[in-house]
Amino acid sequence: MTRVVVTGIGATSPLGGTAPETWANAIAGKSGIRNIPYEWVQDLPVHFAGLAVVEPLEQGLEPQKARRLDRSQQFAVIASREAWADAGLGDDFDRDRLGVSYATGIGGVTSLLNNYDTLRERGWNRVPVMAVPQLMPNGPAAWVGLEFGARAGVHCPVSACASGAEAVVVGARMITDGRADVVIVGGTEAPIHPMPIASFAVMRALSTRNDDPATASRPYDKSRDGFVMAEGAASLVLESEEHAKARGARIYGVYAGAGMTSDGHDIAQPEPEGRGAMRAIQAALADASLSASDIVHVNAHATSTPAGDVAEAKAIRAGLGAHAANVIVSGTKSMTGHMLGGAGAMESIFSILALHHRIAPPTINITDIEDGLGIDVVVNTARPLPTGDLAALNNSFGFGGHDVAVIFTTA
Amino acid sequence: MTDQEILDTLRSIVNEIAGVAEADVQLDKSFVDDLDVDSLSMVEISMAAEEKFGVSIPDAELKNLKTVADVVNFVKANA
Repeated sequence: MTRVVVTGIGATSPLGGTAPETWANAIAGKSGIRNIPYEWVQDLPVHFAGLAVVEPLEQGLEPQKARRLDRSQQFAVIASREAWADAGLGDDFDRDRLGVSYATGIGGVTSLLNNYDTLRERGWNRVPVMAVPQLMPNGPAAWVGLEFGARAGVHCPVSACASGAEAVVVGARMITDGRADVVIVGGTEAPIHPMPIASFAVMRALSTRNDDPATASRPYDKSRDGFVMAEGAASLVLESEEHAKARGARIYGVYAGAGMTSDGHDIAQPEPEGRGAMRAIQAALADASLSASDIVHVNAHATSTPAGDVAEAKAIRAGLGAHAANVIVSGTKSMTGHMLGGAGAMESIFSILALHHRIAPPTINITDIEDGLGIDVVVNTARPLPTGDLAALNNSFGFGGHDVAVIFTTA
Repeated sequence: MTDQEILDTLRSIVNEIAGVAEADVQLDKSFVDDLDVDSLSMVEISMAAEEKFGVSIPDAELKNLKTVADVVNFVKANA
C-alpha cells in the first residue's frame, strides 16, 4: 500500500496570512474573531466573524486575477501557492501526475449575490463574464489546478462543513489509487456577506455574543451559544512517500487513513448520540490499521454549538472506548471561528503540526466547562504532547449529516 | 476625444482587464495574436469600453475589432 505524506502547508485565515503565522497564534491562544466593519451588519443579529487577517491583493494576487476570482477562490490560490512553495517541488515535475482535491462548503456565494445586484441594477450585459466560474463550487479546485497545471484530475467534494476534510481524503486516495504522485488538497470559504450570515442566524446556529466577539466561540463551555462564521483557506501538499523521499522532501507527517460515514438522521441537527461520527472514527482506525490506544490527540469539530459539542464528545468516547479519557482534545474553532468548507483542511494542518511540533493547541474561552464530557479538553493553554510515535484524529461534520474522521501520524 | 485620448483610455482598460503592459498596447497590435487576450477578456474589454466611451458595441461588431486601431476607429466613429 502506498503511504501518503504531507510535504507542504499553506493557509490564510483569521489567525494569520500564512500557515506558520496561523499556527503560532493558535498555540498562543489568540482569538481571530473581530467586529465586521461594514454598515450592513447593523441590520443583522450577529456583528462579528473570523475575518482573514491579510487581503489576497496584499499577498501578491495579481489584480487581473483578483477581478475574475470569487474571494473564496482567491484565498484558495494564495494558500496553495504557499503550500506549493513550502513543498519545494521543482518546475520539472510531471503535471500528468499532479492532482487537486479542493473543497468549499458554499461556493462563490458573495459573487453570486453581488452579480445579481448588478443584473437588477444595470441589466444582463453588465453581469461579469466570470459570473459562472465565480459561482461554481468546483471553481476553487479548478483555479488551483490551473495555477499549477494539474492534469491527473481536479475534484471538489462538497459536504458542508466536512468538505475540507473530505477533500483531504479524496486527494490522498488519488495517490493510493495510483492516479497521482502529488495532490494539492484543501478547503476554502468566503461567506462574509449579509445573506449567508442571515441564513445561518435564522437557523439559530450562530453565536450572538455581540458585546464580546473574541470570546464568542467557546466550544465545551457551558455558556456556548452557537458557532462563529469565518473566512479563509488552508492547503496541503500530499505526496506518495516514495516520491517525497526520492527528492529528499521535508515530511511533516503521514496521512494514515480516514473514515467517512453519514448520520441518516437530520438535515441540520447532529445525531444526538454521535453514532455516525463514532462509526467514522472506527472506520478511520481500521483504514489506518491503528487501535484506539494509538491516538494521543484529537482536533475536534467542536463548533461551539450547544448540541454538536456534546454529541461529538459522545462519539469520541464511543469511538475510542476507555482510551478516550487519555486523549488530548483541542477545539481550535475557538480561535479561528468556523471556516465552514475550509475548516477540515485548516484543522488537518493543525493536527499535523501538533504532531510535528508535539504540542496541542488550546481551546480558548472556557470558563465553565460542560459537565460529563469524559474527554480531556486542552483548556485555554497549549499542552505538550509526548515523545515517540504519535497519531492524531481530526473530526469534521457537516449539515446534511456528513461525518469525516482523518488520522495523521508522526513522520 | 482625440485619437491619443482614446488610445490612452483603451490602454488602461486593457491593462486593468488583461494585465497587458500599457506600452504594449500599440495601434497595429492584434488583441488575440499579439496581446494574448482571450475571448472572454475581449468581452470584458468591450463592456468597459462601452462604459468609458459611451458607445454600444454589438456582438456582431465586436468580432470585427481585431486590432487596437479597430477599436480606436470604432469609438471615434460612434462616440
